Amino acid sequence: MRPPPYESPRYLDAGEAALSVEFGDAVDPEINARVLTLDAALREAKLAGVEELVPTYRSLMIHYEPLTISRADLVKALESLAAQGASAFTPKARWRVPCCYDPALAEDIIEAARILGMSPDQLGSVHASGCYRAYMYGFAPGWCYLGGLPESLALPRRASPRGPTPPGAVLIGGGLSLISANPMPTGWYVIGRTPERMFALEREPPLLIEPGDAVCFEPIDHETFLALKARAARGEIVALREALS
Amino acid sequence: MSATLRILKAGPGASVQDKGRRGFLRFGVTPAGPMDSDAFIAALLAAGDAKGAAIEASLGGLELAAEGGEIGLAIAGGAFDIRLDERALPSACVLRLVPGARLSVRAGAAGAWVYIAPLGRFDLPLVLGSYATHARSGLGGLDGRMLRAGDALKIVDPRPAPVEPMAILAPWLGERPAKSRVMLGPQQDYFSPEAVEIFLTASWRLSERSDRMAYRLEGPILQHLKGHDIVSDGVAFGAIQTPGDGAPLVLMADRQPTGGYPKIANVIGADLSTLAQMRAGDLLEFASVSWEEAVAARRARARAIAAGVALEPLLRKEFSPEFLLERNLVGGVIDGRKT
Repeated sequence: MRPPPYESPRYLDAGEAALSVEFGDAVDPEINARVLTLDAALREAKLAGVEELVPTYRSLMIHYEPLTISRADLVKALESLAAQGASAFTPKARWRVPCCYDPALAEDIIEAARILGMSPDQLGSVHASGCYRAYMYGFAPGWCYLGGLPESLALPRRASPRGPTPPGAVLIGGGLSLISANPMPTGWYVIGRTPERMFALEREPPLLIEPGDAVCFEPIDHETFLALKARAARGEIVALREALS
Repeated sequence: MSATLRILKAGPGASVQDKGRRGFLRFGVTPAGPMDSDAFIAALLAAGDAKGAAIEASLGGLELAAEGGEIGLAIAGGAFDIRLDERALPSACVLRLVPGARLSVRAGAAGAWVYIAPLGRFDLPLVLGSYATHARSGLGGLDGRMLRAGDALKIVDPRPAPVEPMAILAPWLGERPAKSRVMLGPQQDYFSPEAVEIFLTASWRLSERSDRMAYRLEGPILQHLKGHDIVSDGVAFGAIQTPGDGAPLVLMADRQPTGGYPKIANVIGADLSTLAQMRAGDLLEFASVSWEEAVAARRARARAIAAGVALEPLLRKEFSPEFLLERNLVGGVIDGRKT
C-alpha cells in the first residue's frame, strides 16, 4: 500500500527565507503530483518576493525574501492557490530520450540484471517500456530523478559507491531511474547511456527536461548512439520533445 | 583602455564570486556566491558596483599585480593582513594598484574569507547569468575553476581609484553576535527533545574538514529519533544537516540545492557571515530564535547596508587634530589668495 499524502500540507521553515511545503513523506506519484501542481500555480502567480522554487519528490522548497513577503502572507497565498482547486497534475511535455542498453556502454547492466534475476536484454526492454516522470533534479546540474520505474527493476542502491559514471549515464537504484550529466561517483547502477546532453552550457536551452515532464526511453543500438552523440556534440538536441498541454 | 589583474600567488580557496547563480536551483545547479555576503557587499559598495563580482580568497592568501595600467581595488573581509608592497593597510580598504607594485593578502588575526573587488568589471563570460565559480561542477568564474598563480583577469570599464589608500567603514561588519542564531526545523522532529536541547546548549568546534560546501561541527553526537534518511528535500544556505554519524554540518555557499539528511535547524541569514568567518578550531554556540526575530535581524542588516559604506583617509589618524585644523586653515588662506 502506498503512503497517502497528508490531509493538508505542512509548512516547514528552513530559516527565515525558505519555506518547505511538504505534501507527504514518501517517493510517490500522487504526493509528487501535488508538489508539481503547486510549483506550476506559484510560477504562474509570480508573487513578489518569491525568488526560487525547487520541487522535490514530496515537497516544494520556496526561497523567498521575507522583507518583501511575510511568511504569513506567503502561506495565505499558498492556501488561496490550493483553494482555487488546482486541477489534477498533467505534464506539459513528453520527452523521448534515446538510450543504448548495449553492455559495451551500459557498464553495470550485466551486474544489475544478475541481481534482478533477468537477462540484460530483458532489463533493457523492461526499462524502455516504462513511462516516467521527472520528479526532481538533485546532486549535480542536470541530474534528473525519474519516478515510474517498473517494479520488477527495483533494486537497492549499492552499499558503497561505484566510480565516476560515464557522461549521459542512465541509472537505476532504490526504485527510481535517473538520467545523469557530468561524471560523478554513485551508488546507482548504469544500465544505459543516452547520447543526449542533459546539461550543455553552450546550447540553448542548457537544460531540457522540466520537473514534471513525462519521459520515455527509445532503445537505440551502439552505432546509432555514436551517430546521435556526434550530432549532440554539435549542439543539436537529439531527444524529442512533444508538447502535451 | 583596459588593464589586467595578474595572480602572482594563490593559496587554495581563491575564486571569482558574484552574488550567486539564481534561477537554476530546480535543475540541480548550486548557487555558489560569497561565503561572507556582509564583507562581499562592503567590498562591492566601496568599489562602486553593488551588482559586481569580486575575488574571494581564503587563508591560503593571494598576491596580485596590475599589468598594462593601474587598477583600483576594494578589499573587505576578515582581519586579513593586507600589504601594498611593504606598506601595511587596514583589512578593509580601497587602493590603487599600479604596474610594478605588489598587493599581498595574507591570513591575519581572524577571519577565513576576504573579498577583493575591482573598480571595474572582470572581462569574464556570464554562465547561467552569473560570474560565481562553482568548481565542483566546473561553472563560472575563470574557466569554472579556482584561481591559481599565473592567471590573468582582464578588467574593463575601469573606474578611477583614490591615489592614496582609504579605509572602508562599513558599520555592519563590526556587529558580531556571540551566538549563531538559528530557527529550528525543518526536521527537528527527527531528533528527540533531548537531542535538540544538546544541540542548543553544546559548545561546537569547527572541524578542519570544512570548505565552501559545508562547515563540519565537532561536539556531542545528536541521536536521531527515526533514522538518518529522509526523502530528499530542498536545502537553504545555513541548513544544519545531521548525517548518520550524528555530527552536524552547516551547509554553506556551495551546497547542493537538495539533500537527504534531516536538518535540525537553519542558521538565520543575518548570522551566516559571522559563521562563515570562523576558522577550524573556533568554538560556536547556537541560540534558537523565532521567524520574527530572524526577520528583524535581517531588516536591521538590510538597513545598515542600504546606508552604504564610507571611505576614510588613512593619513588623518597619524596627525593631531591641531595639525589638521591648521592645515585646513592654511589651505583656506591659500585658496583665498588665489581668488
